[in-house]
Amino acid sequence: MSEGAAIEAEGLVKSYGDVRALDGVDLTAPAGTVLGLLGPNGAGKTTAVRILTTLLPADGGRARVAGIDVATEAPQLRRRIGLAGQYAAVDENLTGFENLQMVGQLYHLPKGEPKARATELLERFDLEDAGGRLVRTYSGGMRRRLDLAAALVARPPVLFLDEPTTGLDPRSRIGLWETIEGRVAEGTTVLLTTQYLDEADRLADRISVIDHGRVIAEGTSDELKDQVGGEALEVTLEAAGQAEAAVAALDGVASQRPELDGIVLRVPVAGRKGTIAAAVQRLNDAGVGIDDISMHRPTLDDVFLTLTGHAAEEDGEGEE
Amino acid sequence: MRASAISDTLVLAKRNFLRIARAPDLLLAFTVQPIMFVLLFAYVFGGAIPTPGHSYIDFLIPGILVQTMAFGGFVTAMGIAEDLRKGLIDRFRSLPMSRAAVLAGRTLSDIATNLISITVMLVVGIIIGFGFESTFLHVVAGILLLLLFGYAFSWVFAFIGLTSSSPEAAQSLGFIIIFPLTFVSSAFVPPETMPAALQWFAEINPFSTTVNAIRALFIGDPAGNSVWGAVAWSLGIAAVFAFLAVARYKRAVVR
Ligand SMILES: Nc1ncnc2c1ncn2[C@@H]1O[C@H](COP(=O)(O)OP(=O)(O)OP(=O)(O)O)[C@@H](O)[C@H]1O
Ligand SMILES: [Mg+2]
Repeated sequence: MSEGAAIEAEGLVKSYGDVRALDGVDLTAPAGTVLGLLGPNGAGKTTAVRILTTLLPADGGRARVAGIDVATEAPQLRRRIGLAGQYAAVDENLTGFENLQMVGQLYHLPKGEPKARATELLERFDLEDAGGRLVRTYSGGMRRRLDLAAALVARPPVLFLDEPTTGLDPRSRIGLWETIEGRVAEGTTVLLTTQYLDEADRLADRISVIDHGRVIAEGTSDELKDQVGGEALEVTLEAAGQAEAAVAALDGVASQRPELDGIVLRVPVAGRKGTIAAAVQRLNDAGVGIDDISMHRPTLDDVFLTLTGHAAEEDGEGEE
Repeated sequence: MRASAISDTLVLAKRNFLRIARAPDLLLAFTVQPIMFVLLFAYVFGGAIPTPGHSYIDFLIPGILVQTMAFGGFVTAMGIAEDLRKGLIDRFRSLPMSRAAVLAGRTLSDIATNLISITVMLVVGIIIGFGFESTFLHVVAGILLLLLFGYAFSWVFAFIGLTSSSPEAAQSLGFIIIFPLTFVSSAFVPPETMPAALQWFAEINPFSTTVNAIRALFIGDPAGNSVWGAVAWSLGIAAVFAFLAVARYKRAVVR
């Protein structure tokens, strides 16, 4: 574990009856960075967040957040964290303003601050017009934004966001990303769980991929992509019958055996430079018709698929 | 630490009041429902139940007040079960606030709604013929005892709310526990008329002790030890269930 990390967990274990939700999870996030926790449904993301925010005792392992032990110093820790759980936790029978004010009061902010913060955050989250309305009249996305605003009330140095953009429209999503980036620029550390790979790609400095309660890969987005494999050339053929000729023609370009999927030939290559020109030249010389040709860098989707054996968002209710 | 526990409790009690102001249909439970009970019992059973020494309405009002206090906390059970399900309890538990405040705020606001119920029932009772037969101070003491008893059962309901899987389950669990306690007591009929086993239970039932204490304070029945007994029962129930509920709150898990 690194010194001075804002979030550090070692060997976290948690079982619910027979279900081993966490099976020895290590996590590290240096101060001022975003750690993305990426995993399919039932992977254990929420369980990890609940342990790190003092809501749930772990069965085993240790964790420190902002240098404070999660298990033994929970009361001190609660002053320094903000949590937006997986489902918006706001009071339907209060207005947006009253919700934020209440949270500020419960953080024991100095007199006057709860009101000031509520006003400021409603504005920041595009809710100033709705701030005086009861939350039960809010749309799902508005509740979600209010919930996130509540997590920011006390300007906590460490933020836990459990699938913060689920249910937001594209504009709100980008707005939220910008807010998170703003907080991080000011030095906040963020642990973010998500099933959206573009979100992890954009926000997270480091990503831990978690499945069945274990971290199965860890690194920057680029490192993870490299782990899955480097660049590949994707050639869409005019006719499937020419596949063999194409493979033969590209022998000098490929770094590994090409794979054929219908009429799309996927050719792992060593580098990017000049590859397309060389490939086109060779295929032309061999008389192979090309419909389309492009360089393909692995996406986090590929990473996810390769590591977990299933795509990010497909593995549905089965494990709930 | 203590000062902040009190201010946290007040913040949450205020939240509960706002809820009642904004969903006034809830107020029906505190006003119309007790009136309905008073009228039904007074006119449906009134003629059939002999109550030596008193008119049935004088006998009934203390009993039905105690029953209403016992049920007053159901708002707490439902509210807590709902907060749990909506994830609000998680939010509160992640904040640097007192561990008892959510529950204390609930039970505190129950006192106010219970006071509304008492007022409404006494007014209706007096209209249909109930009369105090004691001093003003006894009446005040009786009302305080009713509020204390209601407060104790709010803690019972807080515990029920934390252990139920949904607000509906909390409500029916509450009814299952409290209905037999109120009916097998001296609240509506003199226990001497019950079969021996029920009579035995009715006599040790804290509901009977409290009803007898209220009868002593309102209509001048001999008090015996019932007033102190009722205070002791209420304090005991409040202490035990406050302890259980707070312990449960600390580990509350959304299911
Ligand atoms: N309170 C509970 N009781 C029993 N099992 C639970 C409980 N909470 C979680 N689990 C189980 O633990 C495992 C991990 O759940 P968790 O909620 O941490 O997953 P997740 O990664 O957050 O999933 P999702 O993407 O669906 O939110 C799942 O198999 C889940 O069914
Ligand atoms: Mg989850």
